Order: sequence, then C-alpha cells, then structure tokens
Amino acid sequence: MSAQPAAAAPQAPPEAAPLIRAVDLARTFDVSAPWLNRVLERKPRQLLHAVDGVSFEIERGQTLALVGESGCGKSTVARLLVGLYQPSRGHFEFAGQDAHAAYRSRSGRAIRRHIQMIFQDPYASLNPRWRVADIVAEPLREHGLISERAALEARVGELLQSVGLSPLDRVKFPHQFSGGQRQRISIARALATQPEFLVCDEPTSALDVSVQAQVLNIMKDLQRQQGLTYLFISHNLAVVRHVSDHVGVMYLGRLVELAPKQALFAQPRHPYTRMLLEAIPKLHHTGHARTPVQGEVPNPLNPPTGCAFHPRCPAANRRCSSERPVLQSLDGVRVACHAVEEGRL
Amino acid sequence: MSLLQVQNLVVEFPSRHGTLRALDQLSFEIAPGEILGVVGESGAGKSLTGAAIIGLLEPPGRIASGQILLEGERIDNLPPDQMRRIRGRRIGAIFQDPLTSLNPLYSIGRQLIETITTHLPLTHAQARQRAIELLQETGIPAAQERIDHYPHQFSGGMRQRVVIALALAAEPKLIVADEPTTALDVSIQAQIINLLKSVCKKHGAAVMLITHDMGVIAETCDRVAVMYAGRIAEIGPVRDVIHAAAHPYTQGLMRCIPDIEVERQNLHQIDGAMPRLNAIPPGCAFNPRCPQVFARCHQERPELMPAATTQAACWLNASPTSPARAAALPEAQP
Amino acid sequence: MKSTLFKWLDSDVGHSFRTSPAALFAAAIALVCGLAALFAPWVAPHNPFDLATLDLNNARLPPAWYPEGQWTFLLGTDDQGRDILSALIYGARISLFVGLISVLLSVLLGVTLGLLAGYLGGWVDALLMRLCDVMLSFPAILIALLIAGIGHTLFPNAHEALAFGVLIAAITLTGWVQYARTVRGSTLVERQKEYVQAARVIGVSSLAIMRRHVLPNVLGPVLVLATIQVATAIITEATLSFLGVGAPPTSPSLGTLIRIGNDYLFSGEWWITIFPGLVLVLIALSVNLLGDWLRDALNPRLR
Repeated sequence: MSAQPAAAAPQAPPEAAPLIRAVDLARTFDVSAPWLNRVLERKPRQLLHAVDGVSFEIERGQTLALVGESGCGKSTVARLLVGLYQPSRGHFEFAGQDAHAAYRSRSGRAIRRHIQMIFQDPYASLNPRWRVADIVAEPLREHGLISERAALEARVGELLQSVGLSPLDRVKFPHQFSGGQRQRISIARALATQPEFLVCDEPTSALDVSVQAQVLNIMKDLQRQQGLTYLFISHNLAVVRHVSDHVGVMYLGRLVELAPKQALFAQPRHPYTRMLLEAIPKLHHTGHARTPVQGEVPNPLNPPTGCAFHPRCPAANRRCSSERPVLQSLDGVRVACHAVEEGRL
Repeated sequence: MSLLQVQNLVVEFPSRHGTLRALDQLSFEIAPGEILGVVGESGAGKSLTGAAIIGLLEPPGRIASGQILLEGERIDNLPPDQMRRIRGRRIGAIFQDPLTSLNPLYSIGRQLIETITTHLPLTHAQARQRAIELLQETGIPAAQERIDHYPHQFSGGMRQRVVIALALAAEPKLIVADEPTTALDVSIQAQIINLLKSVCKKHGAAVMLITHDMGVIAETCDRVAVMYAGRIAEIGPVRDVIHAAAHPYTQGLMRCIPDIEVERQNLHQIDGAMPRLNAIPPGCAFNPRCPQVFARCHQERPELMPAATTQAACWLNASPTSPARAAALPEAQP
Repeated sequence: MKSTLFKWLDSDVGHSFRTSPAALFAAAIALVCGLAALFAPWVAPHNPFDLATLDLNNARLPPAWYPEGQWTFLLGTDDQGRDILSALIYGARISLFVGLISVLLSVLLGVTLGLLAGYLGGWVDALLMRLCDVMLSFPAILIALLIAGIGHTLFPNAHEALAFGVLIAAITLTGWVQYARTVRGSTLVERQKEYVQAARVIGVSSLAIMRRHVLPNVLGPVLVLATIQVATAIITEATLSFLGVGAPPTSPSLGTLIRIGNDYLFSGEWWITIFPGLVLVLIALSVNLLGDWLRDALNPRLR
C-alpha cells in the first residue's frame, strides 16, 4: 500500500484568526473522600478547581509560555488542550473548530494528528519495552498514514535525524540513551504526523543545563523550519525568556497576567509576576541579598476568597479579599489585578 | 586551619564488569564558616562526594584511597559507631526531599529533641527549649505549638525549614546540603536559601552546598567547585568562576545557562555528553568535547593548577616556563 | 538459539543463576523431574496402568535393597502389583501437567482481570476487587472442594477428561486472585506514566494501550508468582487427589498415590506412600527455590 499524503489541516480560516483559542477553560476534580467515609465521618465534598477560567490565544508559528509554581494548574491546562482531560467548563478552538468535540467524535479523531505533546520526564515518557523505531512510528501506524514497511523505516530515520540522532538508533531501547537523547526521541515521536501545534510540559526541567541548551535549540530550529506553534509550560523564567513570544502567568488556576515577552520582563504589572521575577536566583548578582516575599502558595483545595494572591500581596485592599479580579487589557498587556486597574501600582 | 580537608579521595564501585571509579583523586578544603558550592551535572559525582564525607556511601561503593580530615582528624576510616557520633554532632546533613527527610510517624519536636539529647548533654526540658528556639530561628511561626505537630501538617517549604533546624540542632561545624532547594517552588527557594545563609553564619557553621543550579550558587556561596566526571574541573571564588572561568568546561557551562536578563537567539551548547564512568577517556576527561583541546590533553590528566584567579584542571593554564609544558608536544589541531 | 542462551547466561540474571547454588540445584531437580515426566513411557521401567502386565503375586513388594525386594521393582510395589517407581513417574507427569495448565489458566484470567481493573478503574475496579476479596476470604482448598464437588455431582459419570477439567478449574479459580491484585497494582502505577499518556494523546484506544503498552511492563512480578504457584498448584492437586476429588484413580497423580499408600502405612509397607511424598516435596521445593531465586534476581534493588 502506498503512503498516504500527510493529512491536510482543516479548512484554514482567514489569517487574522489565531490557531488556538481557549475560552474560559476550567477543570475541576472531585477529591472528596469515598462515599462511606463521607457519610460516617460527616466530611464535606471537596472539589479542586485546578483550572478556573483561563482564556488565551496563540497565533500560528508563535510560542505561548505558561509559568507558575506548583498547584497553579499549568500542567492541567496542557492536558486539557491535548484531550487528556475534558473541560468542566469552557472550550477551546483549534483552527476555528471545537477541539473537544473533535476529540470525542470518531471522525474528528484526526485532529490528534495536528496536536501533540512532549512530556517532562524523559525516563517515563518512552515505553521501556519498545524499540525506538516502534515508539517513533506509533503515531504513523495509529493514524494509518504510512503502512508500507520500507516507507515507515525511512520516515522514522528522517525524524531521528531531524532531532540530531542517527537513523541507526532506531533498533535500540530507551534505556540505552541519556536523558537528553530520550527527550529528543519524544520530540521525534511528537513530530511524526507533522502536527501544527505542540504542547510542551516542562520538556527540559529534568535535564542538565548543557543538555537543556541542546534540546531548546533543536526545538527552536524545528519551529522555524516547520512553522510549529508551541504552548510551553515551565517554572523556569529564564528558559521562558529564551523560547517564548508571549507569556502567561498562572496562580492557583487563574491567569493573572498575559503579555508579550518583552513587556512582561521589562515591566511586570501583576504583583505576583514581580515577586516571581525578583525571586529567581540570578547568575550575575553574586552575593546579592534579595528580599524574598513572605508566605507560600495556599492549599488549592481552600483558595483565598476574592483574588487568590491577596494574602501575600503587598498592595491588597478590602476589595481584593472579596472580589475576584478579571483579566483586563491595558497597553497591550492583560492583567487581573485590582491594584493595577485602580492605578495603585 | 581548614575545617574540612579532602585529599586525593577515590571512591570506587566494584561490579561484575570491573571497578568503576566514581570519584577520582578529589582534593579540596573548606574553611570554618565558609560556604562552598559544589556544582556539576548529573553523573559528575557531587552527591557522592557529600555521601562520602558524611559516611553514608551505599555499598558496594567504598572509599578506595585518600583521606577526609575534619579539624585535622581523619574521619574516613572510622568504625560505624564512631562515625555515628560525628554525624549530627559535628557534621549536619540536609537532603533534597523534605518529605522523606523527616519520619512521618514522630512529631518534629520528638525528632529534634532526640537529636539534641543524643549529641548534647542537656536535659529533656532544656532540649525542648532549645528545639523551640531553633524552630523560631528558622522561621516557623507559633513554634511553641507547632513543635508537637507531625511532618504532614507542614507544607514543603516549612518542612525544609524543620530539616534545617534538625541539621543545626547539635551545633555542627559543617553542614552538607544536597540539593536543598531543588524540590521547592521558586519563591520558597529564595526564602530557604536566605535562611540557610543567615542561620549558618549565625551559628558559625560552614556549608557544603551541592546543587546543579548555578543561580543558587551565585547568590549563596563564597567559593565554588565545578565537578566533571568524578573530578574537580575548577575551584575558586564564586564571582571569578562565573565571570572569569579558566576551564573550558566551566566557560561553556556558564554560557549555556539561559539568562533572564540577557536574550540570545540560540543558546550556546556544549556538544556531546558527559562520559559514563566506564568510558572516561585517557588524559583530561573533557577532551572529546573541548573546543581548545590539544595533544597533551589526550595523554596526561591535568591536576588542579593555579589560573588567573581560580584553580583549574586544564593544561591551558600550565605555566609557560614550567618544564611540564616545555616537554609537551607542540599544539596540534584535533 | 544457542547464542541467545549464551547471551542470557552472561547477563545479570544469568550470572546470578550461575552463581547461586540453590538455583542450580533446583533447576537440575526440576529439569530431571520434568524430563522424566515428559518422556514417561520411555523412562519408566513398567507401565503401571496396563492391567495386563500386573500380577498380584508382585503385590506389596518392598524396595529393591530389602531382602524380599526385586531389582525390577526398584522402589517396591503397591497393593495391586504396580511398580512404585513407574507410578511415580507417571504420577509426576499428571501432577506437573495439572499444575502447569492450571497456573497458565490462572495467569491468563488473573492478568486480564487485573489489567482491566487497574486501567479502567471506577466501578469495574471496585467490582473486581470485591470479587477478589470474597475469593480470598475462603480457604483455597474449600473452594476447590466445592467446585470439585459440584462438578462431580453435575457429571456423575465423569470420565477422565472431565475429572481433570474439574480439577484444573478448581485450582485455576482459586489461584487467579493474586495475579489480578499484583497486576492491578502495577497497572495503576504504569497508567500514570507519561508513555501511556503519550499513547492516549496519539489517539490509541484503551484496549490497545492495555495490551501493547501496559501488559509488557507489568508481567515481571507475574513470572515470579507463577513459578512459585506451580508448586502450590501441584500440592493443591495432591491434596484434592488425596481427599478423593482430584485425579481419577485410573490415572493416579502423586496425591492419589499418597492416599492409596496411606492405608498401608501402619501395616509396615511404608514405601507405597513415602516415595510419592518425597517426590512431591522435591518438586515443590525445587520450584519454590527457583521462584525465590527469580524474585531476587529480578529485583533491581538487590542487584
């Protein structure tokens, strides 16, 4: 059987429309104790609002980075976009069509060819019992894109080369590779079906600095060559500065700031963004004594009322503890902060 | 006099396939009260160095040769019960995961008091008072009540503070901290680093801070040792190692760290990877990846030698008038 | 084939095997018993089930080293003149056959249910685990007796194959639970790993993920359990046969032989029951030792 041509993208909308559009995405998890315990110990139902109304857009060919600390929901957003979770509320559009409707339907399943994911842990993201050739070829086989053996082998070799590995590596097992090389194999697998959108969940956090540099460079080159769009999740703002075009800062499931990279780093508006930037240990400030902000991220099961950041915020007032701020545009930047809105910051 | 002296330490792992040398002729010193950073990538041997000093090498790993001297006395060849007395009393330890560093079944007060009474001649009441003071010092609010709480009732950052209190409980002279902030959020990291620095200065304890995060090193340490493939590549004052490194590996490493202040098109990368323990090339371990390699690098292994402001294990720094360099083959293209 | 064997012997597991006296001894015993059982018609000096060759004059002869014994009947004869040694070999054959088949079926059933329970979760998991709990709360022998009893009542004129079927079913149905639980636990762990999530993102169906991705990674502990359970199965079978509800008397297994011999123990003809008992112990011991070695060899932390 001859190789089928790579799947064509769904009908391309006019240039102005962004490739990805998330509208009020939310995901709640029920983490209550089992029914019997709840009845006997009179425990309440507990809901975890991992993602609580997140909206953003990503233009084709650009990279949006989502940053935040643990519990902010950025990984959940990533999994919502690739269909690993269903949204509890809201929706997201891929090239104009409702992605989750597509994920669920039989015919729309093909959307998975266009959206792929790279994971954080290079040791757990490849099946230790499969050879590299099978791992990289799996998406091609699953979607029936190439079935002839020689063509499949050729394509696998091509993909391995594009990430800087040798086509001869295809017969090896994952444990024969280092962390950085495994991450490259993950990238090769993700690119097998020529996707347009790649969700990257902390792809270099588990790698050493020199290896991280190699992988980030490859990702940037591939983006340039193939016009890929990335959603890049990270907690490392220095890496984010290097790879992103736009940056979204998340805190306890909400977007607090969304701005083009230059604007965010030059002039962070939201108090949490400022705190994050201030808190990063900087290479060139040897012996610099920072003034770290007090407090820790609150328990996501019991978020503060109003603005989630108000207990730690130096600029909080009464309104902040009762009314939840909305993401508003201001000079090309979107910020969810009463103090900024009121001009106090 | 140095607080800690490590001299030509060799740690080996005998295995069926042969003996693997994980640490190869390691030598360095820590002065009293100083903070020495030990930085390196995975597999460089930094955690092993910490484990060897505390005496917690996992068998079959063992110290094959070399000496570790604490305040002039050898501690590497002590029997286990004597080593146990030194651990905790003169050397404290902080590990990466605050979750597993504390026993979940005992209250933190009990763990603190147990450590204090084991090493110091205090009564239970005195030990308890001291424990409360330590908790207050490390920033645990309401220490009087929280001393009886269990580890699961604390958040990650709080737990790491308790671990720091535990490490300081018996007034050790040296604290070995192995990746103390890696498992914590960025904002908590900043707090813990500051705490470690201030509390150790206050108690006059020296710190050996092991981490892979150069930013943390830059802000905390006085001196730093850069490890590569079980050896020290460079050691010196932190500002000099970061800004004026003499070893090509250190130079490359500093350049590939993405900097939040400066933007670059492509990150500088060091091609290749750190060699595995059973495949370390002869001569300088870095020679396959070094942009300035020459003939001697493949033949002789360089020892730490003085460079401009640091000490680097690199033949580029061999003194031009030394007979060693004169005897070297002329520089050849790799 | 040969090169694969050499490569395996050189690996970590193979090395552990070569240097472990217990493993070598156990493997030797198991191999001897296995081969003897397999080639029984050629190995056994007599055919104890061929009624034509039996002679009641040879009944209850003691082992050959006794003055009354004969060398053609090395280990003596039973009450019907059957050679004990031959009966042992044929009996071991039955025991091993029943043991291996029932373990195989247990593994198939247990692994499948464990995978489904672990991967699908929810009510499937709850249902299957409650089933396991119920089955575990009954002693295995009682359940086996129950099933065997029901079987014999339903098919009173059971001929051999049916008797074996019931026997194998009884042992299978009591043995599958431990595999289900182990595999369920491993599946729960593997399900969270990123390679499974990657497969879901690619669009692979749940069944395909279970079969192709999860299954190869959860089989490790199953192997160890299965090896040890062969011994348990053989002993269970022996117990059932001893109690009279196991192998039919026309093809006696080791358990049946023990039962038959039990009646003669006090009249002094100890060899009719002791030798089958010894062989049973030997097989069970060697399989257990192999299983222990395998578990230690496969444990990454002990390596």
